[in-house]
Amino acid sequence: MSVLTQYKNHRLHWIGFGIIAIIFLLVLPNVLSIFQLNILGKFLTFAIVAVGLDLIWGYTGMLSLGQGLFFGLGAYCFGMYLNLEAAGNKLPDFMSLYGVFELPALWEPFRSPVIAIALAILFPAFIAFLVGFMLFRSRIQGVYFAIVTQALTAIVALLLVGQQKLINGTNGLTEMKTIFGMPLAEDSTKVMLYLATVIVLGGVYLSGRWLVHSRFGRLLIAVREDEERLRFAGYNPVFIKTLIFTISAGVAGLAGALFIPQVGIISPAQLDIQSSIEIVIWVAVGGRGTLIGAVFGAILVNFGKSTISSEYPDIWQFIMGALFIGVVMYFPKGLVGTIQGWLKPNTSDLVDKPSVSSATFSNKTESALGN
Amino acid sequence: MENFLLLVFNGLSIGSILLLVAIGLAFSFGLMKVINMAHGEFILIGAYTTYIFQEFLAPAVLGDDGAKSGIFFLLSIVAAFFVTGFLGYLLERFVIRLLYGRPLDTLLATWGVGLMIQQIIRSYDARNVPVTAPSWLSGALKVSNGLYLPYKRLFIIVLVIVCLVAVYLYLNRTSYGRRTRAVMQNREIASSLGVHTRRIDGLTFALGAGLAGIAGAALTLLGQIGPQLGTGYIVDSFMVVVLGGVGSIPGTILAALSIGTASSFLEFYSTATLGKVFVFGLIILFLQLRPQGMIAVRGRS
Repeated sequence: MSVLTQYKNHRLHWIGFGIIAIIFLLVLPNVLSIFQLNILGKFLTFAIVAVGLDLIWGYTGMLSLGQGLFFGLGAYCFGMYLNLEAAGNKLPDFMSLYGVFELPALWEPFRSPVIAIALAILFPAFIAFLVGFMLFRSRIQGVYFAIVTQALTAIVALLLVGQQKLINGTNGLTEMKTIFGMPLAEDSTKVMLYLATVIVLGGVYLSGRWLVHSRFGRLLIAVREDEERLRFAGYNPVFIKTLIFTISAGVAGLAGALFIPQVGIISPAQLDIQSSIEIVIWVAVGGRGTLIGAVFGAILVNFGKSTISSEYPDIWQFIMGALFIGVVMYFPKGLVGTIQGWLKPNTSDLVDKPSVSSATFSNKTESALGN
Repeated sequence: MENFLLLVFNGLSIGSILLLVAIGLAFSFGLMKVINMAHGEFILIGAYTTYIFQEFLAPAVLGDDGAKSGIFFLLSIVAAFFVTGFLGYLLERFVIRLLYGRPLDTLLATWGVGLMIQQIIRSYDARNVPVTAPSWLSGALKVSNGLYLPYKRLFIIVLVIVCLVAVYLYLNRTSYGRRTRAVMQNREIASSLGVHTRRIDGLTFALGAGLAGIAGAALTLLGQIGPQLGTGYIVDSFMVVVLGGVGSIPGTILAALSIGTASSFLEFYSTATLGKVFVFGLIILFLQLRPQGMIAVRGRS
């Protein structure tokens, strides 16, 4: 790929990034109402998860139907801190409802905000590490991996629903009033949370971009394209896949921690199968393997969802189903992918941008499982 | 002792239901390596077919208590098979065939189809509805003083055995069955020997869907049905197929019975939720030691 094109890409990219940053940081807070800003903040936390998924799906070819799980776990971790902060020196409300009179040991670490945030990132990452390592070691990939992550999500959601006394089961954690002393209901807090989300999203996006343009990024693409060949070339795909899976889970957990103060509730419903698969559609619509596509997809689809489902709730499920089918069958590159396809000259650089046709053509499922 | 036998029977019952649900999946998965996320919705359609038969057709033809006679119930099982089989064929023809070679995308596209089917049913009636069961299925078989085996569950076990026998006969005694086995073992060679692989794909997928329909019809005996019926069974049936080994019917049977028995015992000794968690943990552990599943079909890729 010519140095000139690379240079051009760089400049265009940074100009675009700068413009978007200015819009989100300076323009929108002054143009949108607080209510709208709050919703946008929520969408941006979704965008963060989507970037994480793009890293493992778009670039590494692993479809994880469990990102919602990691997102939810992160939200629960920080939510427990918020609950404790709201309760002050007493117990969270729901505990007295169920006859619990002493704070369970599980909750103790969450008194500290630092630990709560750290756990919001590290706990999902740890689970991803464990599960991922076990699965990748047994060469469970492709569809099987997707199914197992889905089963994991279902199981954990079930587990959380059952724990009434510990974390309020289906009702979820709702009692939140302040964050670091600032009342959640106050406008200024909401704006600050929004700005924090924008900054974190920017950071995650830039880190992701740095990652995929590095040598490690090349390894990710190599895993997606032909894992066997990579193994024969001397690399250990298990290490690569476990690492990126862990990172994406941590990212999702971080997004969850940002989500909960803006929305005020986390329940097992937010980390079940349905929500996890929605994350996939965001990335698919936006354009997998492009990072920025994940961000746009998340914002766009959620915007569509909130507009349409408020008017016609029934139709939204239908549209989403159609979206799944349509994007996968007729629109696999997604929005950003298709636009990039238009902008690229015909003698396209096969090396830099991952071509989507190989991203979707994955017959690596044959490998270990009895074939 | 009675308790133990009851647990075993429950395990058999759970396992038989899982098997019925999973065997259709094993067909499409084993043949085409296609994950059909709409499988749960096929179950749903089967269940609602029985619902229509029992709640609308039977009273219309036989009067108010017509549903209790069971004639329409048995008819509905057959109808469910053909209705879902046909829908399965349509799905294969218009969606899955176009996504050949892209299993992850097929997963997503079929999930979309499942969503739409679920929404159609939900728009019609979002509640959970009970389905009248035949009167001769109520009650239980008294084996001994402490052991009562419900007739409904016995019926389902018998139904599953009948289906298994039918599948066995189809695969091993009919020419289309032979062709199906050929395509399952080696698609290219089968094709070069004159087997119409596209037609076999459509047929096998329809067969799998039809079995899901039968499962749905059977599920009406066990409780109320609602739009969410399918999602509850999807995860479990996938686990059965993965555990059993892809493309292996005996593996699926073994896996379903193992999971059923394990669930039954673990649920009894802990809670239902923890039971499921343990079963999942056991499956993951098993896959660590033997990732190709219980009885793996060794094909040549």
